[in-house]
Amino acid sequence: MTRLQKGLWAAVAVAALAAAGLAAYGTRGPDATAGAASSVKADFELTGHDGVVRTEDDFRGKWTLVFFGFTNCPDVCPTTLAEIAQTMDDLGPQAGAVQPLFISVDSGRDQPMELAAYVPQFHPSILGLAGTPEQIEAAAGSFKIFYERVPEETAPDGYTMGHTSQVFLFDPDGTFVRLYGYGTPASEITADLRARIDAHG
Amino acid sequence: MRISAGATLALALLTAAPPAFAGGEDVVVEDAWSRASIGTSRPGAAYMTLRNTGDEPVVVTGLSTDLAMMPMIHATATDEQGVSRMTHMEELEIPAGEVVALAPGGLHLMLMDLQRPMVEGESFSLTVDFSDGESISVEVPIRGMAARGPAD
Repeated sequence: MTRLQKGLWAAVAVAALAAAGLAAYGTRGPDATAGAASSVKADFELTGHDGVVRTEDDFRGKWTLVFFGFTNCPDVCPTTLAEIAQTMDDLGPQAGAVQPLFISVDSGRDQPMELAAYVPQFHPSILGLAGTPEQIEAAAGSFKIFYERVPEETAPDGYTMGHTSQVFLFDPDGTFVRLYGYGTPASEITADLRARIDAHG
Repeated sequence: MRISAGATLALALLTAAPPAFAGGEDVVVEDAWSRASIGTSRPGAAYMTLRNTGDEPVVVTGLSTDLAMMPMIHATATDEQGVSRMTHMEELEIPAGEVVALAPGGLHLMLMDLQRPMVEGESFSLTVDFSDGESISVEVPIRGMAARGPAD
């Protein structure tokens, strides 16, 4: 492939990305996956970045925001963590009704200690959760999320991760409510949570 | 929406500071920013917009900075199932008269092998090389770890 061809493909890729982004923005609704939604549930046993083992039952009574990533992730994960941090700030007193959970899909590199040095830097309310490969696989199965190791020569330890980048919302009873697509602004998540917390009492 | 906010900000920055030109060349770099890191073991990321004010396409062929041994361009793509993956791009074309935005969730500069921690409030110098042999040096401010854009 010539440089020009590569460049043109790059331009096509950029345009496709932009189109995909717009499409996602346009179709993002209260529930983007109505078909699969009924089977999504939170069912996990993982270790928090404070060293305490947690299951989904520990978060009953709170609106729970669950999202996935890994600490070696330079772009997507810090962006989502930053939006969630902003959401927690913007919620003010209502933030007490919300628990954000960042689950690492990178059991090879992320132990509770790595998460402890990373996750609270974004917001003290966000709890990082780590697990063994088996625990992560089981959790991913319950949330119906996807993750994979992608070889990348230049990355630390020679790999990076692809993973589901949406944010999952569960109600205080632990029932799956909706997804927020990747890139949903904090203002939109905050407004949605406020309305739900107000209605729920 | 974020894009229009970014455009407004770009305009504000344009009028506030002299843009960087590639010698007599046509590329303007705006809105450069990056996030602070914890230590040096994990890759950093930086963002900016590249505006080609000329009549010919311009191709970015290389990057260099003393902050990271291997700065590279990555594209994050999120598919219909909401799965995000990154791919390495060896070159990046900016079509004539167009703007290519490197922004969270899309194109970004991946800073591999950090030589020092990225500290909030500091900045680093980045050189962008183009296929015609020209290059631009940009000073990239380092914002907080939870920064969401160039000036939030």
